[in-house]
Amino acid sequence: MQGQEYSGLLEVLEPLGKVSAKADNKHWKLRYNDLELEFTPNETRVRINGGNFDLSSPFLMQNGRGLVPVSSLGPLLSRVLGGPVTFNPASQRIFIGNVAVHFTAQILTSQNGPALVMNFSAPVNPTIATDASKLHMSFTHDPIVSSGTQTLTFNNQAISSAIYEEGNGAAEITILGASPLFANFSSDHRTITIAAAPALSAQVPAQVPAAAPMPAATIAPTPPVAQQTPSPLAYFAVVDASHGGDDRGAALTSQFDEKDITLSLGRRLRQELESHGLTTLLLRDGDKSLSLDQRASITNAAHPVIYLSLHAASQGNGIRLYTALLPSGGATLRAFLDWDTAQASSLARSQSAVALLAKALDDSKIPVRTMSAPLRPLNNITTAAIAIEISPPASGPAGLGSTEYQQSMASSIATAMSFVRRNLGSAP
Amino acid sequence: MIKLNLISGTRIPRNLLFGVAAMIAITAGMTIYVWKTRARAAGSVETLTFQGPVAPPVAGPTEAVTLYVADDDAGILRAQPFKIPLPAGSQQRAEELLRDLVELYTSKSAPHSLSPGSQVRDVYLVDTGLAVIDINSAFAEGHRSGVLVEELTVASMVETLAANTPGITRVKFLVDGKPRETLAGHADLTSFYDVAAVQQLAAELQSRP
Repeated sequence: MQGQEYSGLLEVLEPLGKVSAKADNKHWKLRYNDLELEFTPNETRVRINGGNFDLSSPFLMQNGRGLVPVSSLGPLLSRVLGGPVTFNPASQRIFIGNVAVHFTAQILTSQNGPALVMNFSAPVNPTIATDASKLHMSFTHDPIVSSGTQTLTFNNQAISSAIYEEGNGAAEITILGASPLFANFSSDHRTITIAAAPALSAQVPAQVPAAAPMPAATIAPTPPVAQQTPSPLAYFAVVDASHGGDDRGAALTSQFDEKDITLSLGRRLRQELESHGLTTLLLRDGDKSLSLDQRASITNAAHPVIYLSLHAASQGNGIRLYTALLPSGGATLRAFLDWDTAQASSLARSQSAVALLAKALDDSKIPVRTMSAPLRPLNNITTAAIAIEISPPASGPAGLGSTEYQQSMASSIATAMSFVRRNLGSAP
Repeated sequence: MIKLNLISGTRIPRNLLFGVAAMIAITAGMTIYVWKTRARAAGSVETLTFQGPVAPPVAGPTEAVTLYVADDDAGILRAQPFKIPLPAGSQQRAEELLRDLVELYTSKSAPHSLSPGSQVRDVYLVDTGLAVIDINSAFAEGHRSGVLVEELTVASMVETLAANTPGITRVKFLVDGKPRETLAGHADLTSFYDVAAVQQLAAELQSRP
């Protein structure tokens, strides 16, 4: 547009906070949290809470959308968000705050042969795909940056080089080897070790992590194929602390909202699951708003074995387990799943998981009830999906905030989940 | 003493004077009483707010129906027979049925309580087997939040409607005529409820945990 690349500002700000926009005859007004921005079509001057900001090219309106030049996005976001914002137009990546993750890479040789050990400054979760003797790690949500050369050459026959590239909103590291490679995560996803795949492991189905407890997820290789193949499962569970931000959930007591209980319980459950060797992604690790669609999208992209949505109630006792009550949905057309009934093909697996979980909790003398529920986003999840509703202890709803009670519940659920993992089977 | 004389000069008898004075006093007293009563009545009308259903109460012969009544303490639905007067038209009948159910839930000592002012505004029956239940905002805003408690409300209404209104296969909820994401943070209101699926859910909810 006018020799400049433009981007919709509302769409950029939507995931970052409460944002709304309205247009009148002369201006396009945007409200982000407590900040008011006033844009005038075809003008570069922007009013921000009474102050001025100048875009590099005029602001544009198109079908009601407010568009700003991409080259001004970094400074504008920095002004709006009140912190450092780094924008790389070439790779279409925006870093908000000092979040860049750096890494080092070195070849270490052990009795099993050489391995490339990559250490990251923060936990990472790349999508991994193998292609003959190449291994691709795509970082779509991790702010990986390369502090040095884009190509690392190793004086090693088994693993010859690693190439760092950025583009289309992601960073990708490609490892070149002499034979099929596999990646192994450790140190809480801060270290990835890439080595030649053992000859036998190429025959192992690579869908679900092994049944025995393990310290980290092992990404087994897929047999060499002509095209890129999707990565095997990286997480066993996605734990979703329901509600958050403006959505308080149930007001359980005068002190506790449901969102607070689900968050603290979610953190404990993640820790307990990890201690059982079950790799876990906590979907909401702070008091932030996530829409139901966002929760489903993130979960589906992570391809976990199971999705656990946590809830808390002020009535009843023990734990209630729910699977999706599927609405009458639209048609599934070839590869496209109807969003409202995306759970349909996994419902039997969800029900099996609930039955196993209920049995294990019952063995632990915890009262359990199972049923279906019209509870989103269960019906939008494409893997086994369960909602877990915790009831208060005998002391009443205030007991939901008790550290001991939460820890006891998290521990019982994690133990039961390891039973589920052993018995659920690896078929998706 | 006052002495009144007619023009002709004849004197008015004393008893007549007393009678007239008494009548004037009574008239004045009644006027004051009526004035105060009227003002009091006007004041009480201003403070009244309309709580009842929009439609006039149905009169006539009663009919045996089954209401699926939620019980919070047990966390279950109970199929309970009732005899209630119902109008002839299927749409009005469906509305009356759900209004009676909601009235039950807003009464004191209800086994599953809804907030005061909760109402079913309208029920629309569409030819394709779709029923649209339009509840008011007081219903949703005042509803307690929780997976089970919201599910009990939804299942109770859908199952009651479907059990007494043949031909309904899907149910959609609106709040004040508009779509809403959830009832009170949990029960999904964006999708259409499949009556067969809800019947299965109602069966699950009828068994004690």
